[in-house]
Amino acid sequence: MFEYAPAPESRDVVDIRPSYGLFIDGEWVDSQGGDLHKTVNPASEEVLAEVAWATEADVDRAVSAARKAFGVWSALPGSERAKYLFRIARIIQERSRELAVLESLDNGKPIRESRDVDLPLVAAHFFYYAGWADKLEYAGYGAGPRPLGVAGQVIPWNFPLLMLAWKIAPALACGNTVVLKPAETTPLTALLFAEICAQADLPPGVVNIVTGAGQTGAALVDHPGVDKVAFTGSTEVGRRIARSVAGSGKKVTLELGGKAANIVFEDAALDQAVEGIVNGIFFNQGHVCCAGSRLLVQESIETELLDALKRRLGTLRLGDPLDKNTDIGAINSAAQLAKIRELSDLGEAEGAERWSPACSLPDKGFWFPPTIFTGVAQSHRIAREEVFGPVLSVLTFRTPAEAVEKANNTPFGLSAGVWTEKGARILWMASRLRAGVVWANTFNRFDPTSPFGGYKESGYGREGGRHGLEAYLDV
Amino acid sequence: MTTSLADVATSNATLRTFLHGLPGVDRVGADQRAAMLGTRSIKTTAKAQAIDLAIGMVDLTTLEGADTPGKVRAMCAKALHPDPADPSVPRVAAVCVYPDLVAEAATALKGTGVKVASVATAFPSGRSSLDVKVADTGFAVAAGADEIDMVIDRGAFLAGDYVKVFEEIVAIKAACGAAHLKVILETGELSTYDNVRRASWLAMLAGGDFIKTSTGKVQPAATLPVTLIMLEAVRDFLAVSGRKVGVKPAGGIRTTKDAIKMLVLVNETVGEGWLSPDWFRLGASTLLNDLLMQRQKMATGRYAGPDYFTLD
Repeated sequence: MFEYAPAPESRDVVDIRPSYGLFIDGEWVDSQGGDLHKTVNPASEEVLAEVAWATEADVDRAVSAARKAFGVWSALPGSERAKYLFRIARIIQERSRELAVLESLDNGKPIRESRDVDLPLVAAHFFYYAGWADKLEYAGYGAGPRPLGVAGQVIPWNFPLLMLAWKIAPALACGNTVVLKPAETTPLTALLFAEICAQADLPPGVVNIVTGAGQTGAALVDHPGVDKVAFTGSTEVGRRIARSVAGSGKKVTLELGGKAANIVFEDAALDQAVEGIVNGIFFNQGHVCCAGSRLLVQESIETELLDALKRRLGTLRLGDPLDKNTDIGAINSAAQLAKIRELSDLGEAEGAERWSPACSLPDKGFWFPPTIFTGVAQSHRIAREEVFGPVLSVLTFRTPAEAVEKANNTPFGLSAGVWTEKGARILWMASRLRAGVVWANTFNRFDPTSPFGGYKESGYGREGGRHGLEAYLDV
Repeated sequence: MTTSLADVATSNATLRTFLHGLPGVDRVGADQRAAMLGTRSIKTTAKAQAIDLAIGMVDLTTLEGADTPGKVRAMCAKALHPDPADPSVPRVAAVCVYPDLVAEAATALKGTGVKVASVATAFPSGRSSLDVKVADTGFAVAAGADEIDMVIDRGAFLAGDYVKVFEEIVAIKAACGAAHLKVILETGELSTYDNVRRASWLAMLAGGDFIKTSTGKVQPAATLPVTLIMLEAVRDFLAVSGRKVGVKPAGGIRTTKDAIKMLVLVNETVGEGWLSPDWFRLGASTLLNDLLMQRQKMATGRYAGPDYFTLD
């Protein structure tokens, strides 16, 4: 038997302080009246650090600093702003191991993913938007497009640093300044990013990081000094934000939930389709808004595909996120684990058949095994609600038209996947699927040049690519 | 093999229908999967285990125009005692030589358990008549070869004459008698992954005991994605036919890292059932010394210079 020995990435590369204040106006400051809260390693429940939860007064201070810095920053020539962004991108590359380890510690995702997916994409986003900073005139928004002002950005816990990059890079490239609030369970890489801003000599106040939970986020979104709100997170919170900024004149982009269909036709490249299904729903423990959580498989190959999929799930390695051979890490929080359990139990109660490979879960921390539900119908709640965990619902279809109908029959519309060897069918499907991203013969592939965003309850606005500039320009 | 599977080889039309009906291979996805498995980190006890496993799977090979009886005898000595200073090092699986040197190798290895493999069938191009190829095979078997590494007719395959390829393999298999038949696909000339999958099935349908990537004379040779696709083929063939076929990547596997990546591929694609020299081989020449060097490093914590490993 060929057992892989433990191959843990060293924690020594990262220095975590016992407690963190807020990063405002280029300085570390204590919160005015905010409590300290613990952030834990979800794989072990070990306390990593204490972080301040910013109050309204703190947010006000951060927005004022951003406002003051806006004058200086927006007046810089684009080529000068680009220099800072290129510098930040290079520092991220130089410190990528440190950032990857910290991300895995705070988030629970496997180091293989933070090292090979998150960090390269983070750097790529900064490089990409650095390139736009002096070319905004040619972006298609007319001559001399102007920045909006202060951007209030609230990001989720599933890709903490990557979501930060998606928000901060285009904002700064366009000449805006930002106040960013990372998620309460994963604040540490954003705080390390603040250090990187200082290391890059970014002018004070251009980037401000305020940590905290929902109340801090609400204070930021509602602040009258904020010109632009960018949010990635749940549809529920997104709806609340849309309501609260209505009529305020603030520009808003929302990137919310999803319930993506991953559609496999009988002529698909089967082995690669299986990989795509695994990558679609078990990547990042399924904590992906565009996860392929509904597998739509053509009924004629259902048995064959499910056998292959189950065999493949048997080889997934669940455990220590810092082990370089781990495929499935920890669920990010106790609250999220409870939600995944609740919806999975519901799936069983509704009559779907539940299956997980034999795998032992660690005693400490938050864990959920990769899970497949077969015999799922459109009317089941696990086929409609976002689980945001490693849980796949399998449905079948008979014809391409039925596949489109079922794929679109959801309140969401963030992404979809199509697996077929027929080029014409890919195009036929893509033009009918109401989803912001349609992947063909792949899934969960990201690139800074490609716009990302949703239809319907998955939100509005686009991030990434040339389209992503529009959200941060007065056009 | 079931009757229904044998029936597909009755004509080019039926063979084409069958082979082109196999699920396609998406190049981007296959490359990604192989690259991901290439990131597995095999350390400490797992590495020690993998190194010994890999040594035992090596088909120690010399296929040069300049090969002589002396060269082959020296290589056979190396096969039996890869590291003269350390008797705990396992023996390699086989030595692989040209047909005219089989007798020399068979004498040197008699009774040792290390097999004698011979390339045959107008290796490496395969450009000759069937009679010559059968005679080539018979000559090697008569001289004492335990295993025959034949090449397929890539020209016939690329021209769509699948029956010709099939019948050649059947004829060579018959000429092998008790010797095991490895069928070299020369994946570097087949070029597409779909072709690799189809050629794998063709070779298995025709009765090959092993499918082998390359002659070592054409680049690219044993890449990870090609090996992955061939492993998927033997896995699927076993499920359909009930017959288990081995896999041998050969050509370009030079370092311990390369070899371990191959073992990871086996482990996570077809599982432990193939993790033995009976079902998986590594065709290589320089690889063995790197494995020995890494093995010694594991034991002593230090790298010895190249002169501490024999050059045979």
